Amino acid sequence: MTLMLRNLGRDSLQRFWRMGHMFLFLLVSIFGIVRPPYRLRNLFKQIVFIGIRSLFVIVLTAAFTGMVLALQGYYVLSRFGSEGMVGPMVALAIVQELGPVLTALMVTGRAGSAMAGELGVMRIKEQIDALESMGINPLKYLVAPRVEASLVSLPVLTAIFNVVGILGGYLVAVQLLGMSSGTYWGGIEAKLAAKDITISVIKSVSFGLIVAWVCTYMGYFTTRGAEGVGRSITQAVVLSSVLVLIWDYFITSIML
Amino acid sequence: MTTHSVKLELAVGLFVLTGVLALAWLSIKMARMELVGGSFKTIQTHFTSVAGLRSGAAVEISGVEVGRVKRIDLDTRQFDALVTLHIRHDVPIQEDAIASVRTKGLIGDRYVKITPGASDNLLKSGDRLVQTEPAIDFEELISQFIHGSVK
Repeated sequence: MTLMLRNLGRDSLQRFWRMGHMFLFLLVSIFGIVRPPYRLRNLFKQIVFIGIRSLFVIVLTAAFTGMVLALQGYYVLSRFGSEGMVGPMVALAIVQELGPVLTALMVTGRAGSAMAGELGVMRIKEQIDALESMGINPLKYLVAPRVEASLVSLPVLTAIFNVVGILGGYLVAVQLLGMSSGTYWGGIEAKLAAKDITISVIKSVSFGLIVAWVCTYMGYFTTRGAEGVGRSITQAVVLSSVLVLIWDYFITSIML
Repeated sequence: MTTHSVKLELAVGLFVLTGVLALAWLSIKMARMELVGGSFKTIQTHFTSVAGLRSGAAVEISGVEVGRVKRIDLDTRQFDALVTLHIRHDVPIQEDAIASVRTKGLIGDRYVKITPGASDNLLKSGDRLVQTEPAIDFEELISQFIHGSVK
């Protein structure tokens, strides 16, 4: 009985310690972002990796998301005789929810896993310790640019996702299913408010922080060799995806 | 500056520009963000009921959109709905025009319809449009019909 209690206590303590540890890691990284010297080249390289290299996959996901939403929306709404609402449905679903969330998930899978892997290998090959011994702050040199690049890239990618998704919906609803283009665009113009776009941007920025934070944390504190790198990547992808979805619920319930 | 870093900066610049353009297209074209607030006049109206009307709903004359509902409040002195309309500056509203809350289709959106008047006196920004027609309440109509109190 006492053993069970002790195990429970140790487990909880470890979890609390880890949460605090992660939070401190975030604070120090943000401190690294705001404090000079600024290495813009590092940041640009990360933006190219996280943002530009993700463009293709984001555009592809967005187009098909918009297309399937229009198809499904048309199918469901035509049962109630309100096919005219396909446009607003596609636009609102994409701008408020799917755009930010799917972008964050795709970036997690494509760039977040790579971040965790890269930092993990640097850790077990003792390159991070080498940086430290050369007097370079690895949090500032390695982590800060990645966090910063995510904060820039995610909103941009989300905005592109939104536009491409709406265009994909247009393709299916108007070109394929024969809706009038005026109904599609007019509906969106009437229903989409500036607030929806603000929500989209706020969500994407916060998701960018979550993805970069979790993935760099997991990679940075990799232990136990090659196996550990694999585990770090898995944990990074799972935790950041789950956190994005949970945080999405809360931010939606606050902002709506 | 090597050519490589120039390319790098160019790529990042293009990327960010694309994002900004996408965002601008969404908010200005699709959400019709009002970049300049000066081209509207505000008109106050009182309705006995605005059931179903939301701020942001369209204001139409002859089916042409000329403005939006800015806000809806309860007037606590008269206990009716105080609706503030934003109407394009170049659209004249006569002082005897009639504002009515209508529905697009049977289950569609509520909007404010303005029927132009014949007066030569035009309303200025901040003026009050006196003549209004409240929202038609279908449930009430149906219940009146069922209970035979309809004339």
